[in-house]
Amino acid sequence: MASLWGWHTSALTGISFLGMIIGAVIVLLLILGIVSYLIYFERKVIGWMQGRIGPNRVGPFGLLQSVADILKLLIKEDVIPTNADRALFLLAPVIAFVPSFMVLAVIPFTATHYFTAGLNVGVLYYIALSSITILGIVMGGWASNNKYSLLGGMRSAAQMISYEIPLGLSLLGVIMLSGSLNLNQIVAAQNYGHVWFIIPQIIGFVVFVISGIAELNRTPFDLPEAESELVAGYFTEYSGFRFAFFMLAEYVYVFAISALATTMFLGGWSGPFLPSWLWFAIKVSACIFFLFWVRATMPRIRGDQLMGFAWKVLIPVALFNILLTGAVYEIHL
Amino acid sequence: MGALRQEEMILNVGPQHPSTHGVFRLVVTIDGEQIVEADSVVGYLHRGTEKLAEDLQYTQIIPYTDRLDYLASMINNYALVHTVEYAMDLEVPARAEYLRLIVMELNRIGSHLMFIGAYLLDLGAMSPFLYAFQEREMIVQMFNEICGARLTYNYMRVGGVKWDAPPGWLDKVRDFVPHMRERFKMLSDLVSGNEIFLNRVKGIGVITQEEALNYSLSGINLRSTGFNFDLRKNRPYNLYDQFDFDIPVGSNGDCFDRYYLHLREMEQSVRIVEQAVASIPDGPVLGKVPKLIRVPAGEYYTSIEGARGELGVYIVSDGKDKPYRMKLRRPSFVNLQILRKLLIGQSMSNLIAILGAVDIVLGEVDA
Repeated sequence: MASLWGWHTSALTGISFLGMIIGAVIVLLLILGIVSYLIYFERKVIGWMQGRIGPNRVGPFGLLQSVADILKLLIKEDVIPTNADRALFLLAPVIAFVPSFMVLAVIPFTATHYFTAGLNVGVLYYIALSSITILGIVMGGWASNNKYSLLGGMRSAAQMISYEIPLGLSLLGVIMLSGSLNLNQIVAAQNYGHVWFIIPQIIGFVVFVISGIAELNRTPFDLPEAESELVAGYFTEYSGFRFAFFMLAEYVYVFAISALATTMFLGGWSGPFLPSWLWFAIKVSACIFFLFWVRATMPRIRGDQLMGFAWKVLIPVALFNILLTGAVYEIHL
Repeated sequence: MGALRQEEMILNVGPQHPSTHGVFRLVVTIDGEQIVEADSVVGYLHRGTEKLAEDLQYTQIIPYTDRLDYLASMINNYALVHTVEYAMDLEVPARAEYLRLIVMELNRIGSHLMFIGAYLLDLGAMSPFLYAFQEREMIVQMFNEICGARLTYNYMRVGGVKWDAPPGWLDKVRDFVPHMRERFKMLSDLVSGNEIFLNRVKGIGVITQEEALNYSLSGINLRSTGFNFDLRKNRPYNLYDQFDFDIPVGSNGDCFDRYYLHLREMEQSVRIVEQAVASIPDGPVLGKVPKLIRVPAGEYYTSIEGARGELGVYIVSDGKDKPYRMKLRRPSFVNLQILRKLLIGQSMSNLIAILGAVDIVLGEVDA
């Protein structure tokens, strides 16, 4: 059994490969479960903030609402518009969806690394893979052959590419402090130094949160799917399970970016008394709650202001943070 | 290398679109995200109210007016009965006039709440919509109690109102006043100072005073330019000259002023309601009106300050019990005409901010 669970340390054999697969499947199923309840959680939280009750009809306290929604999407007719680019139209949701799960491979959920690939370029891996999703969104917008979809896809591409840069730069400070791109070691560095990186990297954290929300296409940066302007943005023409794929990808990213924030800035799974997975869950939930809170509060930013903000404010601030981190680091040592 | 081929795109916003607030169609030609041409196409909700009215007795027309500006049906009711009363020179009992005034001002608050909620929803803030609806629900409930309907009230009659206020109703209105005052601050705090919101509405869709007059705008669209014109003050009807209230005016004529004036106007409406409830007399609610209402032959026009501007009813009568011709001056329709001018040269995301702030109701645009 030792080698079944010890796949991350031992050499690759048949048995450790099996362990790897089991670990991956557990993560996949767990995240699917979490994500479907994220949607429920979001609707409840926003409902309470708006003086409503939120879903409460399906099952006790509406707990089966997500199940009902997914079932409904499954039995819907699968519509492909006549003039759509068929191949791209079918491929787009897959391309948007798959990377959202792949990025989770490097997130250290617990102190033991059964479910985590200890990739030495973990941060880079996350950033690189999450950019692939943009491709799926642009493809979906283009292939639908719908003007609203096209505009939504265009906006998405512009926005997500612009905000990738401050997102990457904001993480650089943490990498400088920990001296590693490996997420496990970044958590270890915060444990060793007895301080979460949110304190020395507060500027980086603020930039990260803002550009992270923009990456997620969530309020106040939800232009690509601005309901009131573009109907539903890039997935206007999608229905049934293909639509569900886009939605699922979005919510998996909500979880993933919260997990990344937890790992990079909030000390990951570390914490006193409670088991490590519980600490991780608490911190991630807090991050997710923050995202939902923002959604219930903010109006939508305007397109040109969005770009200006990324290039004129966030990137200079992130660069300044790197300079500051470097200078302080040099003086201290 | 040849130049890149560029072309403009025609985008049909509507008639089925989440932010045209009904079946309004806007054909915009866009170059990238910039609007180069904008054509409004109206008529999807046309029911021919004016023509239908020619075959109806005056009392029968009242329910049709409910369906014009369906957010402010009480005010529409009044516009019609007021013209008929003016034409027939009828005396309306004092209590009826008070009740009319109270429901009209409450309806104005309800309509403005709806504007604020829907406008902010268009701009991506979803919570204010639901907060605004809490107070609107209270108003709608009060209307339900006084006339049995939540949206299409059919409450007023030539010479008075159909029902007296049920027992305890006036107390409810009295209690509503301080409650509403508290909520104003909250409603205003929700978004008014938000940097993102201000960036989207300040200096956007500016109407100058001259343009506003040339386009014959009225209501908040006109007052946002700083031109003080409100029929409740300038040509008082009902009991408005007996009450103390101000007309808030804007200064820049931009979307923010229009949004803010809606908030400010509600405060004034609450003031009027407060004074009216305090001094409402007892008495009959329907005056002495002939069984069959016949408007003496002639042409009559009166206009009142609707929730969206000057709401006028023009009646040509040949002395029968039905109008020979009825014309409605619908403020939404008139205000809509400036939309093209405001939109050209703007970006797509400003389209929503501008269209929303002009504040049209499609039932009224299409009549």
